[in-house]
Amino acid sequence: MNTHKLTKVAINDPVWVRYGLIAVSLATIGLFLLLPLVTIFIEAFAKGWQKYATELSDPNALAAIRLTLLVAFICVPLTTVFGVASAWAIARFEFRGKSLLTTLIDLPFSVSPVTAGLIFVLLFGAQGWFGEWLQDHNIKIIFATTGIVLATLFITCPFVARELIPLMQEMGSEEEEAALSLGANGWTMFWRVTLPNIKWGLLYGVVLCNARAMGEFGAVSVVSGHIQGLTNTLPLHVENTYNEYNAVGAFAAASLLTVLAVVTLVLKSFLEWKQQRT
Amino acid sequence: MSIILNNISKRFGNFAALNNINLEIPEGELVALLGPSGCGKTTLLRIIAGLERPDSGQVLLKGEDKTHKDIRERGIGFVFQHYALFRHMTVFENIAFGLRVKPRKQRPNETEIKKKVHALLELVQLDWLHDRYPDQLSGGQRQRIALARALAVEPEVLLLDEPFGALDASVRKDLRQWLRHLHENLNVTSIFVTHDQEEAMEVASRVVVFNHGNLEQQGSPSEIYDNPVNEFVSRFIGDTNVITLEKHHTDWLQLSGLVIVPEAANSVHIRPHDLEITKSSSDSAATATLKDWQHLGALIRIELAKQGANGSPETLYAEMPNEQFKRLQLSKGDKVECRIRHAHWFDAA
Repeated sequence: MNTHKLTKVAINDPVWVRYGLIAVSLATIGLFLLLPLVTIFIEAFAKGWQKYATELSDPNALAAIRLTLLVAFICVPLTTVFGVASAWAIARFEFRGKSLLTTLIDLPFSVSPVTAGLIFVLLFGAQGWFGEWLQDHNIKIIFATTGIVLATLFITCPFVARELIPLMQEMGSEEEEAALSLGANGWTMFWRVTLPNIKWGLLYGVVLCNARAMGEFGAVSVVSGHIQGLTNTLPLHVENTYNEYNAVGAFAAASLLTVLAVVTLVLKSFLEWKQQRT
Repeated sequence: MSIILNNISKRFGNFAALNNINLEIPEGELVALLGPSGCGKTTLLRIIAGLERPDSGQVLLKGEDKTHKDIRERGIGFVFQHYALFRHMTVFENIAFGLRVKPRKQRPNETEIKKKVHALLELVQLDWLHDRYPDQLSGGQRQRIALARALAVEPEVLLLDEPFGALDASVRKDLRQWLRHLHENLNVTSIFVTHDQEEAMEVASRVVVFNHGNLEQQGSPSEIYDNPVNEFVSRFIGDTNVITLEKHHTDWLQLSGLVIVPEAANSVHIRPHDLEITKSSSDSAATATLKDWQHLGALIRIELAKQGANGSPETLYAEMPNEQFKRLQLSKGDKVECRIRHAHWFDAA
């Protein structure tokens, strides 16, 4: 009844309101989203294909790509396991501190990434709490890949969990109990009943998590030390090259991240569509 | 498989779901756990299944203590209230699931699985649906598939949680009969939970009545209907007129032919069919007025008004066969005399 009324009112809005609103949103998207996106590619190819290819095959750029892939390769599976485990715990069990855990999972979303990076510097840096001990044992975390992985893990850990918790809560545990009553053990139940039911939501979380793991700048910037060819990820490489007045290099690297973003968006809409259908 | 429950108690936080339940279910029975919602009946079913652990007490299956055993080690089949069919599997795969997850040594081969699943589908008369998905089935079909799936692992006990709760009235009636016949054929000990007393009386060979986590009464449907042990059971099973034993009521009861046992109780329950009415010959002998009546098929339910305390009318219900009511030739507002054929006395309010 209510929705019916609402649509009617919306339809009866004067023409100028309707087209006005559409024009405003289109203009905003065009100006702030599409234009910069196009600019990235224009700048990247400003001096031709040749230059673009050279910039990307530069050893430092290649090292940055490799490091970014490595970090994502480590972080995404860990985040996925953490996400499934914590979503399972929250959706299926009653325990003390459950609401605290639910809140804590969201913490990385509310903390500024720079602060997150700083935490790791304060913990593991040369002057940090564990700094001396780490130095004695010759372990390097800050200004090394380990630190970058840790910072990225911190930033990305909510992605899969947040996707799965509401999904699993809504699903309930009856199908899982049914599997157990039919003689399945925990593993079989998970692989044959739980996973098929959450797979699209899980993939969705993984895709978002991957995009963030590859694109994270703030936290990684603090812990990485910007050592060219060693601790630069792609986003850091973009900043470095740009600061060196190498616009084509910066935009070439940025174009890779942009392609990643577009692929993520397409995958995301596909998965959303899939999820709604099941 | 016989089931014995010893002193089962279960609390959820401050809420006592079950208090010291003792229950014995002989092999082959079809038992209804009956009670209003929140009375603990589903919790008890889940404890028997092993989906829930009791705080204290024992669950003996076939004489063996299985209190701390997993649901997988109990040899039970469980049919969930909302069927819990695996939504990403076809009907065939749903039923085959229990066979496919068996340990390798006991696992039947593909031909045997096929044969068994089709036999079960024929048992529930739904073989033509084998390649459908659960969301393409009606409620009644899902229910029967869920049952077939539970039977695939050849359980020694079948547990059903509100098996007809989510179905249309007409489908429910058919399925009740069907379940009864299925039980007669398979003869596997079966327990189902219901809040519908009619369903319990119609389907079960034995009814166990619960209220607020306590076992109130158990027995055959007729035992429970004819001899309710307390006020709750009497009110919950079938319709009844409740009359408290105050002065103006006792007079009326005596006029209606009931011998009052002094001090024995403080309320009396009269089933509508135990209240007989006749057209009053004189106004002075009349004890009630005919207010209205409704047709319940073969029976007529008669609404009577009797004089209550300080002159306010109180409503009573009587039931009699259609034909008999016609012979009385009563119309609205007629004075009638009541005669109580049988009544139950209860102590607590």
